[in-house]
Amino acid sequence: MERIYLDSNATTVVDPRVKEAMEPFWSQMYGNPNSLHSFGTEVHPYMRIAFDRLYAGIHARDGDDIFLTSCATESNNTVIKSVYYDLIAPGKKTEIVTTQVEHPCVANACRFVEGLGAKVLYLPVNRDGIVEPAALKEYIHPDRTALVSIMWANNETGLVFPIRELAALCRENGILFHTDAVQAIGKVPVDVQAAPVDFLSFSAHKFHGPKGVGGLFVRAGSKIIPLFHGGEQMGGKRAGTINAGGLVGMGLAMELAVQGLSYEDTSVRRMRDRLEDAILEIEGTAVIGRRDLRTPNTILVSVKGVEGEAMIWDLNRQGVAASTGSACASESLEPNPTFVAMCIDSELAHTGVRLSLSRFTTESEIDAAIAAIRSSIARLRKISPRASRGGEKRGN
Amino acid sequence: MAKSDLIGGTLWESYSSKVNDRMLNPRHLGEITEADAAARGARLVVADWGAEVCGDAIRAFWLVDAKSSRILDAKYKTFGCGSAIASSDMMCELIIGKTVDEAMKITNIDVERALRDDEDTAAIPPQKMHCSVMAYDVIRKAAAEYKGVDMDSLEEEEIVCQCARVSLRTIKEVIRINDLKTVEDITHYTKAGAFCKSCIRPGGHESRKRYLVDILRDVRAEMERERARTAPEAKSFAELGLIQKHRAVEKILDEKVRPNLLKDGGNIEVVDMKQSGDVTEVHISYLGACKGCPSAAVGTLTYIEDFLKAELDDRIKVLPV
Repeated sequence: MERIYLDSNATTVVDPRVKEAMEPFWSQMYGNPNSLHSFGTEVHPYMRIAFDRLYAGIHARDGDDIFLTSCATESNNTVIKSVYYDLIAPGKKTEIVTTQVEHPCVANACRFVEGLGAKVLYLPVNRDGIVEPAALKEYIHPDRTALVSIMWANNETGLVFPIRELAALCRENGILFHTDAVQAIGKVPVDVQAAPVDFLSFSAHKFHGPKGVGGLFVRAGSKIIPLFHGGEQMGGKRAGTINAGGLVGMGLAMELAVQGLSYEDTSVRRMRDRLEDAILEIEGTAVIGRRDLRTPNTILVSVKGVEGEAMIWDLNRQGVAASTGSACASESLEPNPTFVAMCIDSELAHTGVRLSLSRFTTESEIDAAIAAIRSSIARLRKISPRASRGGEKRGN
Repeated sequence: MAKSDLIGGTLWESYSSKVNDRMLNPRHLGEITEADAAARGARLVVADWGAEVCGDAIRAFWLVDAKSSRILDAKYKTFGCGSAIASSDMMCELIIGKTVDEAMKITNIDVERALRDDEDTAAIPPQKMHCSVMAYDVIRKAAAEYKGVDMDSLEEEEIVCQCARVSLRTIKEVIRINDLKTVEDITHYTKAGAFCKSCIRPGGHESRKRYLVDILRDVRAEMERERARTAPEAKSFAELGLIQKHRAVEKILDEKVRPNLLKDGGNIEVVDMKQSGDVTEVHISYLGACKGCPSAAVGTLTYIEDFLKAELDDRIKVLPV
């Protein structure tokens, strides 16, 4: 069976060019970059190119740092715990402001420092699912707020937040600003000069790089207290033997992602819109979030009468990979926090299915996915009590 | 945590092949109409349970022979995940051919067992057990519809854990008999709370009338009170030292006497305790409204003394200061 991958917000296929660029670092150039001998030093030119590509990709200046980490989860944890130890624990400031729709790696890191005594405020989103600068203004205070952490784009809805304005507001008030840009890189332009963020996290596997490699941008002058203590790698800010092959792969993946932005904005967007239009033709479907406010690759759809886990089970049966935030599909039976915060429709917590494309998605895959989605919805609605009654009572 | 927990996404791998098969090829999916019922000279029962906003909903159709109360056919429509659909389908299979009363004895646990591929392996992962409960609830609902009675009247016992069908009585008993101190103990002994975990404490997937934490706290408190009542027998009031006697007196005053005095704006204070031979003297002074109250010298004094005598020892004398 031909399989179709529409779960690119979870992870992506590694670009064959990236895989090829990483190949020499397994068995040929396997030296530890911190070694003084040639095995170590021969890796350095490749690392330099990789860092150049990462810096260029987000418009970082040479004086800024981009620390190599294992993933965005580590980058996010580093920032939140660093700010806690630097500003909150000694009593210089007391609060962290984040949103109700952050990924668990930000939300749970915040809960952890909350347990240590930090006060954490969780910003709501507006009816469009967006965090508004005006709302943030109400939550921050120059004397109390140590850090504001707001994602660049939401993983479930694809909604892009106004990071430029949000970060500028924090800058004006002398408050550190962090953004988890894991869903933004390669989908929308990310520019740390235009958006005055102090910290920015990303993960290679979300933009066709390898898993297990991520980055943390730290603007020149901003302080980081390390999460990992050990050797002198990354100036002691992130100890642990450098994953040189991963870094090389992430560097190229970043360059390709930035080069691919216009393709993302045109071709991927066109495919996404075509898929979305086809789904919306089916009665009783709704897509969450305004199309013009979303990353070009994401659809979060609610299908009346069809429970999310049953939907992705049936799509999987037909070879289509999608994801659901349905409570029924999680270990804890808890609905996805983004769904709860958006509270557009309480049914969404049980019917939300996410389809996320990438530049590797093809038009013929979209055709096949449309057929599979139609078939799944038709089949599951036959099973569902209300959908079958809904035929009689329209608008129910 | 253990080795098997280190790989994520095992939810679907934990479904038995029977669950997958029922999900894909339901045997009893569908509706029964009044026309179908009339054609077979049987009674149609339609029962709804759950709500889509809660994540699962089922509509059951039964064709019941009015003379024998036997279920001739059963069909369903379900909104829910794979395990809810498979459970609904198996539920119909288990009740067809049974009388309504026999059907009422079938629980979600029977449904889950019937979906197993082999006896010792659960058909669905623990957190999905909750999805099979709906299939059980709708049987009760349909039976109530058929009998024309309220559904609650069919429930013989109050069930606290719906997934594992553990009653309030069982949970209380197991706490007492085994002197259980934690919710984990209750789960270990009864399986209550082992599945969807909603019944453990508020804030879970579903809200409940009763939670294990509250039951445990209440039963423990009850047990403590009983122990406290029997404790003086272990060591009688007369054997206690004066400080312990003072504590025992204060406890009775706090529990039994002061609440009543406070209602009238009065109170008392124990100023001194003296042992005079066998007799324990409790010297009190009146506070608030008791001060200067004409009945304080006689009525109230006797009232307090009687309480202390009944609760602690006959040889207590209460004296005003």
